[in-house]
Amino acid sequence: MTAVVPLAATAGLLFAIGLYGMIGRTGLIHRLLGANIMASAIFLFLVVLSTRGIEASADPVPQAMVLTGIVISVCITAFALGLIRYLRVMTGEDELRRSTRDADGQSADD
Amino acid sequence: MSLYAAMPLWVVLSSLLASVIIFALGDEWRRTRTFTNIAAAVIKLILVGIMLAGVARGDDFGMRVTLAPGLEFVLHADALTMLLITLSAILWLVTTIYAIGYLEDSPNRARFFGFFSLCVAATMGVASAGNLFTFFIFYELLTLSTWPLVVHRGTPRALRAGKKYLAYTLSGGTMLLIGIIGLHVVAGPVDFVHGGFVTEHTASRPVLTLLFLLMLAGTGVKAALFPLHAWLPTAMVAPAPVSALLHAVAVVKVGIFGVARLVYDVYGLELTALLGMDHVLAGVAAFTIIYGSVQALFAGNIKQRLAWSTVSQVSYIGLGIAIAGPLATIGGLVHLVHQGLMKITLFFCAGNLSKTHEIKEIAQMDGVGWRMPWTMGAFTFAALSMIGVPPMAGFISKWYLGLGGAASGDYWVIGVLVASTLLNAAYFLPMLRRAWFVEPVAGATERREAPLSLLVPTLITGLLAVGSGFLAGMPLSPLQWVILISERI
Amino acid sequence: MTDPPPLVMAGHTALLLGPLICGLLVYLLPWPRFRDAAPIVLSAGLLVVLWYLSGEMLGTGPVTLALGGHFAPLGIELHVDALALAMLWLTGLVGLAVNVHITASVNLTERFGPEGFRILWLVLWSALNALFVAADLFNIYVLLELSAITAIALVAVSRGPEAVAAATRYLFFALAGSLFFLLGVALVYAKTGLLALRGLESLQWHGPASVFALGLMTLGLAMKAALFPVHAWLPRAHAIAPSAASALLSALVAKAGVYLVIRLWSGPFDGHWPEFLGQSMAVLGAAGIAYGSIQAIRQSRLKLVIAYSTVAQLGYLLLVLPLASVLAWHGVIYHALSHGLAKAALFLAAGNVIFMVGNDRLESLSRGDHRLAGNAMVMALAGVSLAGLPPSGGFIGKWWLINAALESGQWWWALVVGGGGLLTAAYVFRVLRYAMAEPHPDDGRPDLPVKRLPRRMFWPPMLLALGAIALGFAGQWLVPILALGRPGNIAG
Repeated sequence: MTAVVPLAATAGLLFAIGLYGMIGRTGLIHRLLGANIMASAIFLFLVVLSTRGIEASADPVPQAMVLTGIVISVCITAFALGLIRYLRVMTGEDELRRSTRDADGQSADD
Repeated sequence: MSLYAAMPLWVVLSSLLASVIIFALGDEWRRTRTFTNIAAAVIKLILVGIMLAGVARGDDFGMRVTLAPGLEFVLHADALTMLLITLSAILWLVTTIYAIGYLEDSPNRARFFGFFSLCVAATMGVASAGNLFTFFIFYELLTLSTWPLVVHRGTPRALRAGKKYLAYTLSGGTMLLIGIIGLHVVAGPVDFVHGGFVTEHTASRPVLTLLFLLMLAGTGVKAALFPLHAWLPTAMVAPAPVSALLHAVAVVKVGIFGVARLVYDVYGLELTALLGMDHVLAGVAAFTIIYGSVQALFAGNIKQRLAWSTVSQVSYIGLGIAIAGPLATIGGLVHLVHQGLMKITLFFCAGNLSKTHEIKEIAQMDGVGWRMPWTMGAFTFAALSMIGVPPMAGFISKWYLGLGGAASGDYWVIGVLVASTLLNAAYFLPMLRRAWFVEPVAGATERREAPLSLLVPTLITGLLAVGSGFLAGMPLSPLQWVILISERI
Repeated sequence: MTDPPPLVMAGHTALLLGPLICGLLVYLLPWPRFRDAAPIVLSAGLLVVLWYLSGEMLGTGPVTLALGGHFAPLGIELHVDALALAMLWLTGLVGLAVNVHITASVNLTERFGPEGFRILWLVLWSALNALFVAADLFNIYVLLELSAITAIALVAVSRGPEAVAAATRYLFFALAGSLFFLLGVALVYAKTGLLALRGLESLQWHGPASVFALGLMTLGLAMKAALFPVHAWLPRAHAIAPSAASALLSALVAKAGVYLVIRLWSGPFDGHWPEFLGQSMAVLGAAGIAYGSIQAIRQSRLKLVIAYSTVAQLGYLLLVLPLASVLAWHGVIYHALSHGLAKAALFLAAGNVIFMVGNDRLESLSRGDHRLAGNAMVMALAGVSLAGLPPSGGFIGKWWLINAALESGQWWWALVVGGGGLLTAAYVFRVLRYAMAEPHPDDGRPDLPVKRLPRRMFWPPMLLALGAIALGFAGQWLVPILALGRPGNIAG
């Protein structure tokens, strides 16, 4: 039980670091890693939650949430990596250019 | 709800359906479209005739449908309704014939006539709306259906005019909407009632005043009351039949009709006076009368001068509404009809001039009277009537307005009328002088009248305008009808 | 709690799984005719199901279903009330129109064939339907992710670097959004040990923690819904996606986020937030209305105009938070419905313009070709509803919102709604002005012939636009349904 507070604090710190990585950096891979760190922070927090309350056994609900969350996180990461690679093939860049005036933004000619 | 009692709905639907059919037909089906146009106009005229007879007999026409809880769609025909409906139905038929002749061979006719019919449906709806909610629906529908007519030519100038038109009318519409909903909140959803349903105790005076002003501003935009008038002279870039309809019945009349409803059937004359709003309206109207006339003096384009003249003339109606007493009411309301007939004639003539001889500026009018005697004859009579030469229609309006002013002790009204008459003469007489007494420039002497499809409508409205003045004493003349209305108010 | 009748159960199952199964079949059995027909048959069938469910709900009131017969807190619940039903109907109607439209319009590269588009959209449809009826915070999270991935992929299927960049931008917003949402969910669980919305509603746990959790979830949802000021991804993504996809994204996906915000604020978190927070949310909404409309007025491409319009229109929905009255509730549902229909119509119409003239520059509308006229009429009708001009569903929604604002004495929101309508009219009529303009003699481009529009591309947006107008006449008939399951804070 005593470990709850430091672990929760760690989760908070990790979330902050991840958030910084996500909005403070411009490289898309960096950002994706930041998002992964944020996700891990939340999972850590949930796992910590499962240890409290019922002394005898762990609360299964947060664990189920973490498992589902990890699966989703892996999927999204894979999808994001695919998109980033596609972007690189298309434009040769690893970053999103700062939004130029929208007037030159294009619409699809479908 | 019998089919007979729902007559106002059929009147609205007759042009609404025509509009849908015309849109669906597309540009190619010219004859079918023309037939639909004329048939719808004739059917409407017949329906209106039946209604007129019914209302005169004392039949009650109306229908109501609940669109949503608290929001009822109510159509109801009272004497005031019939005034605007009859005027619109007659003038629509005439203008349709004129427009078919005028727009022969121009592109996008299906679009034009579709919106044209929609515009008339909206006017009919405004006239027969039985509560503020219904009134607003048709009031905005009118804005939407007239905009494509104003920008019909698609030139940059027309598009700019359309933009200005929308900016004014939609802003006005929003003010009207907030005012109407505000009144719903304090007074509940109530039908129009002669003498008004709002009382002193409905809400505090500042709230009532604010709501009145919001609704006055909303309707005043279309009525082109100063300082909300600027769109009207710009909108005259529209094709002549549109200008004619806009100025004579559709837009400005609907606006001033809204003012009349607001004063007579929402607030009632007494409460309006209690709030001091009658002075506001009278002041604004009087100023607009003079201001519009002065601006007309400086306009060099024929249609522009006529447009400024409308700004001025419509405010006669506002003045008549604002001054208490039956005589002023008669003067104001009868001008609703008289001004419509005279102004539509003048715009038809302007259209004939521009279509036949490319004459658009007053400076080009030299000697045109001898080249197009019928057109200019109609123009002359309408202009003289506008000035108020007795015993023509314009004179009758002014006479009753002056009497009304005197009766209620507002002698300044007579001053305004005299000044305005002088100004009317000052901007119409030079046009007549040029047309009849100035030698045409060399080479421009060919005598050619407008084609019959343009000339006949012009002459019909001209005759109606003259007749409503000369025959004002006959039963069922506009004047007698208005006297009947004023007795009910 | 008793189980609802088996047919109701089956109906909901069809709503949740029908599109998913149909998507898989279409992907696995790529016969062109089957591929085109199956989704249309499915959407027609789902509308029948919705009709039946609506009728049932009128009799019984809001329905709560438990998957496998296990109710919360043990099982997973689905909850269908009027708001959810409205969104399901909207999805069904827009879905039908899109399914018909794509039989002619979706013509993508061989790399990503029409099956690819369809499976993405059909899975998205399942996710959306599930999202609208989900009654459990963690399920909502999972479904948000599912809908985000499919939606992002739908943006990326338009080839080209612009599309991929827009999709990537969308992805990162969605990613951040779902993480914030998940953190909020974790906090709620930490504090209460509950995830089911119904359980949370009956629990007293007011306090700073609940407001913080609500704030995190709202931020997350706002990023997904592109609420101002976290809207940056939306205009480009919606403008570059294939038009059929844009219609879905703008009319349904973005709205799902706002739907959940309203659901949370007025359901389990009702009474947790101080008055000024509700006002602040509506202020953000108003700022979005102003910003989105002004941007829409400045765009030179049709689809960007429509996309910015979405940023603006979503702002209205937040007005329900400070107004919190029956009228505002009805007004907001009405606004959501008519905006959804009108927006989908506009995007499909924009797709038609691209199909006919090859691009969506506004000047292209001034071709003076009568083939463009019908399509311009669609835009006009949809625009009228969008701007809240009568007679239309948008008008009734606007009327109710202004009425609610004036009734509660919060007249400033009446001005926001009125002014927002004017700004909307400004960009709608700007587009129509191009459609009315005579062709430019010197626009320097060779006059390519305008392609003939197939009927199945013309009628879907036309019927959607007419539907938005018709909503204005259906109030009396719809209000009894809208009243079902109104949240408790909205007094009767």
